[in-house]
Amino acid sequence: MSVESVKIYSRWTSLDSDQLFVVISRLIALALLITALSLLSPHFLTWSNLINVLRQASLQFMMSAGLTIVVLTGGIDLSVGAILGLSACISASLISSGYVVIGIGSALLAGAVCGVVNGVIVTIARIPPFIATYGMLWIAFGLGYVFMKGEVIYGLPDTFRFIGAGFVGFLPVPVTVALVLLLVLHLMLHKTVLGRSIYAIGGNPDAARLSGMPVTQRLISVYALSGLLAGVAALVVIARLNAADSGLGEDLLLPAIAAVCLGGTSLFGGVGGIMGTAVGSLILALILNGMNLLGVQTFWQSGVMGTIILISVLVDQLGGTRLVRQQ
Amino acid sequence: MTDAAHPQVVSRSPILDAVVQAPGALYLLAILSGVLAIWTPNFFSTANLANVALQVAVLTIVALGMTLVILTEGIDLSLGPLLGLCGVTAALLVTAGYPLPVAIGSALVIGMIFGAVNGTLVAVFGMPPFVVTLGTFGIAQSIATVLTKGDSVTSLPAYYRWFNDGVFFGIPVPIWTTLAAFALTWFLLYRTKFGRYVFAIGGNRRALILSGTRVNAYHIAVYIYAGLLAGIASFIMTARMNAAHPTIGLGLEFDAIAAVILGGTSFEKGRGGIVGTVIGALAVGVLRNGLNLLGVGTEWQVAIVGIVIIFAVGLDSMRKLNA
Repeated sequence: MSVESVKIYSRWTSLDSDQLFVVISRLIALALLITALSLLSPHFLTWSNLINVLRQASLQFMMSAGLTIVVLTGGIDLSVGAILGLSACISASLISSGYVVIGIGSALLAGAVCGVVNGVIVTIARIPPFIATYGMLWIAFGLGYVFMKGEVIYGLPDTFRFIGAGFVGFLPVPVTVALVLLLVLHLMLHKTVLGRSIYAIGGNPDAARLSGMPVTQRLISVYALSGLLAGVAALVVIARLNAADSGLGEDLLLPAIAAVCLGGTSLFGGVGGIMGTAVGSLILALILNGMNLLGVQTFWQSGVMGTIILISVLVDQLGGTRLVRQQ
Repeated sequence: MTDAAHPQVVSRSPILDAVVQAPGALYLLAILSGVLAIWTPNFFSTANLANVALQVAVLTIVALGMTLVILTEGIDLSLGPLLGLCGVTAALLVTAGYPLPVAIGSALVIGMIFGAVNGTLVAVFGMPPFVVTLGTFGIAQSIATVLTKGDSVTSLPAYYRWFNDGVFFGIPVPIWTTLAAFALTWFLLYRTKFGRYVFAIGGNRRALILSGTRVNAYHIAVYIYAGLLAGIASFIMTARMNAAHPTIGLGLEFDAIAAVILGGTSFEKGRGGIVGTVIGALAVGVLRNGLNLLGVGTEWQVAIVGIVIIFAVGLDSMRKLNA
């Protein structure tokens, strides 16, 4: 693509060629998926199935939203799934004993505390994010197991279950929560100081530091936010499942990263956004729904997630100009 | 700043330097052994030490490959599930009646194919190593569970147990295998062009490319070698369990990373080596063994090893700041 054509595109769409590539490729993927699934399965285009897909996509979005923001700073949070699991266990045990408000608060608190610890380890101890959060993954898993002692908590009060199973008008509550979250996070990323500094840190951490930005403080807030959002997702997940056990977060990491990669957020930081992750979550939900409708064994799921991660990052590497950043 | 090419010239005292620069694993190992010797009389029994050595064999072999990957400023999260996949492949072929060399050969080829995919995506396409290997992590795990439909492969022929139970000159086969893997890795790393490039890729990949070296082939070979070692380790693991389970390797990559970092290999600038890794693997093995002897449950063990790894990397980066 010549420099001229890039300029023309950017004038028309306010997107640069990288972002335009991501947007177009994702829309094509979405269109292909919907066409293929409606041809392959007669059950796909039913109202109840589509609502199901939307609900699944919303849960996926909540799990990936915090991760997206961390990835935008050039970091990674491998502990999101484990933090979600730990928050879910703690809050489920409190809520099932009748302390609904304290239970909700404790999920958010547990998530935020784990996130702050991640942030402190990454910034102050200067440990690479993927190793710090990988350690946190095992710590949170371990604490979850210690807390639950292998038991399963089942049966939460109906008032609480509304968060996962209720409806607002014709939209399920999780979808509404996800839409609100999407709007708030999008505004946060593009209209606030914290949001702009997230892109600045991801684009060039040294420049951000030298321009006087309190990078350490901002990064800790970002990891705390990621943990907090994992806590929010935990509440919706247990309300939907009406149960919690210590293995809840085990298989959530691969899909969470897959949704971010599908959304076109660059793993080198600074490029992408929360809207992309929403689209990525929708694509992922459609794929999982399709696998269910077509009767594919669940054993294949993690393989499909892995393949999606590899293909979407590879396509962006080849289609965009990000290769330059690595070399 | 000190590194391999520019050793610190002004030395305060050689002994002090040795104390400061010794890998954290050595201290951890010494402290753990001391504490365990006092608290649990069983620790220094021959039976228990032999047990630790056998437990550490699998971890050491995987960690040797991981060391090379980390020296190139990479990471390989797929080694755990890959070990599971290789073990399942060999076990399925052996129980289906194929001769042992065919089974083992196929498993090793699968390990190397995964390594080649990891290496190509990292070296040629410039994708971040942890994302690439997280992707292949999922793929390896999926294939392993699909092959066995989620079950373990049991009823292995009796001779398969030789990988764990066999003894040569009074030393068990897993120890021989570990020694052989160490010798081979040592030779490759310190006596060949490949080894020098491993350090150089981590030190300054760009300079290497600009100097006209065909870096990619060596970079890919590092991941292939790590996959190969995971395959070799899988036979010992299967023989010890007397069954191949698709998820047996989950979490092993974490212990391996812990061993490498405790052993003093750094995530930056290609610094470190495999002697430290062996001490690191011993430290992790003794830590797990000690927690077992003290009756600490597996759930706490997982959390404690997580804390130890973060602490070790933290110390490592603090030390670099002071250097």
